[in-house]
Amino acid sequence: MSTSTAPTPASAPVSKENPVKAPKAPKAPRRVRRRGETGLAGSLASHGVLTVASLIALFPILWLVYLSLGPDKDDYLHPGGIWDKMTFANYTFVLEHTKFFDWLKSSLIVTLGTTAIGVLIAATTGYAVSRMRFPGYKKFMWVLLVTQMFPVAVLMVPMYQILSDLKLIDNYFGLVLVYCTTVIPYSAWLLKGYFDTIPFEIDEAGRVDGLTPFGTFFRLILPLAKPGLAVAAFYNFLTAFSEVAFASTFMLSDDKYTLAVGLQSFVSEHDAQRNLMAATAVLIALPAAAFFYLVQKNLVTGLTAGGTKG
Amino acid sequence: MTVAIDRATGKRRGDREPGPGLGGRLKRGYHKHWYAYAMIAPVAVVLGVLVLYPLVYGLYLTLTDANSLNTVRTIGVNHIDATYKFIGLDNYADILWGPTAYDRFWSHFVWTIAWTAVCVALHYTVGLGLALLLNQKLRGRTLYRLILVLPWAVPTFVTVFGWRFMLADGGIINSALDALHLPSPSWLEDTFWQRFAAIMVNTWCGVPFMMVSLLGGLQSIDASLYEAAEMDGASAWQRFRYVTVPGLRTVSSTVVLLGIIWTFNQFAVIFLLFGNTAPDAQILVTWAYYLGFGQQPRDFAQSAAYGILLLAILIVFTSFYRRWLNRNEQQLAI
Repeated sequence: MSTSTAPTPASAPVSKENPVKAPKAPKAPRRVRRRGETGLAGSLASHGVLTVASLIALFPILWLVYLSLGPDKDDYLHPGGIWDKMTFANYTFVLEHTKFFDWLKSSLIVTLGTTAIGVLIAATTGYAVSRMRFPGYKKFMWVLLVTQMFPVAVLMVPMYQILSDLKLIDNYFGLVLVYCTTVIPYSAWLLKGYFDTIPFEIDEAGRVDGLTPFGTFFRLILPLAKPGLAVAAFYNFLTAFSEVAFASTFMLSDDKYTLAVGLQSFVSEHDAQRNLMAATAVLIALPAAAFFYLVQKNLVTGLTAGGTKG
Repeated sequence: MTVAIDRATGKRRGDREPGPGLGGRLKRGYHKHWYAYAMIAPVAVVLGVLVLYPLVYGLYLTLTDANSLNTVRTIGVNHIDATYKFIGLDNYADILWGPTAYDRFWSHFVWTIAWTAVCVALHYTVGLGLALLLNQKLRGRTLYRLILVLPWAVPTFVTVFGWRFMLADGGIINSALDALHLPSPSWLEDTFWQRFAAIMVNTWCGVPFMMVSLLGGLQSIDASLYEAAEMDGASAWQRFRYVTVPGLRTVSSTVVLLGIIWTFNQFAVIFLLFGNTAPDAQILVTWAYYLGFGQQPRDFAQSAAYGILLLAILIVFTSFYRRWLNRNEQQLAI
């Protein structure tokens, strides 16, 4: 098991600077190992594998950050030289000479809109499917799954025509709606699983005390489902934030570009200026990373709490 | 595993009394479940308008010869009406059996299958391995978890840019390989290495989701099962084989299915890594996008036909998968 990390080439350069930390074994009298504790060799091996894996996970991102500090466009070919002339010039250039703040604004509007609407709708759907055995609920779940399978290519042209008929092209709300169709099915699945773990007695108690079905949902279940909601929000946020294909087709004016599209257009304009590209990429990653650290606490409990129930 | 009790009524499902007629059933169902339908209505409406209708329309497009030269368009002030016509199943016939069908469809098809299989297998094994490691009592495991989820938290197009820097001709990976006196392949030009690089990057991006899902699954396995197994003298491997694996079954079957669907339709990684420079490393999704949006004239009809074929492949696969699960009496976590 401990060797199951795929040996990617990235591990080659990093593993050199990866001495396995050997904690000094205390000279204690022999003690009985309790259950769940691993021996010294086992825990060293675990630490070793996890450290290598962490380095592989971190390295491409750190490398991007590092390259973004080099002032010259060919610096990525001579990374050693960057260390001596590190500068934030790329960042100031990007912030001053692009519509970065416009793009950030549209990204945040679209992303937060998708997150809010998506989580709310997915929560009502997930709750209905989790609690009420209405006819066709199982088919409905399968329909949701099938919508995950639609490739972008089929939907793009027809969606464009519908949106332009509804006058929603180049409009934040139109993009939010489109993103909702891609994020809601999985979020609803996820939340259904989470709601399944909340005891049904709570609903009954609420109903006995005279709450309507909607009241039970909003006042009892939603507050209890916070970890699940956080994960759904995380998923919605990231999906909407990093989507490129729809955004580049549906947003036409360049002050309404999302960050992803803005970066694309910036890349095609300044093709050779990789230092600027790197800086833009880092700037874009920041909001997503910030959001991630807001919700990460709930990630593990929220993601599969319900997945273990049949 | 499922306790077949109707949670709304407390009745056991399956052996319900013979119902009234269809009309009466609908009416009763409506009275009993109107709020359920009300809660589902928003999703149904949005999906219906923005997914099902486009799908039907896309299906119609595949039966025509629509491209960007004959659809409705506006040039300057002139509005030009659509002139494309109905040509039946010719698009499908052309894709599947037409001249050069092997180069256009089947080679991409084979590569897509291989791509999906390899990526999902790697995601799952690496994710499971890391999840098992993180599930031990280990100093600093929260920190490890935070770092290991990072590839998921950073938007794909950002990380793919990072990888492009690293894989470029004079990039860090080739420099490192050179320093170790290993051959340095041209990752972004040579077909084999393009495919290798795509799988590598996609594995890097996809492992965190599997890891976190499986970690959740591991944590929900009852600890007393391990205790009992240990009392009975089960070795570590036996505990893994007979407690962990069955305990993860429902989570596994669900995440593997989702993983297959997502990887099969994985657009961003290949599109952003190569753009239009790698005709042989395109999977069917990116190839369909290229036909419809990446070339002139844009061939909407063929592109949509590819999309429908993709969807058909996935639906056939999913129904087989479901049947296979049912035969093994496993449940998807839905």
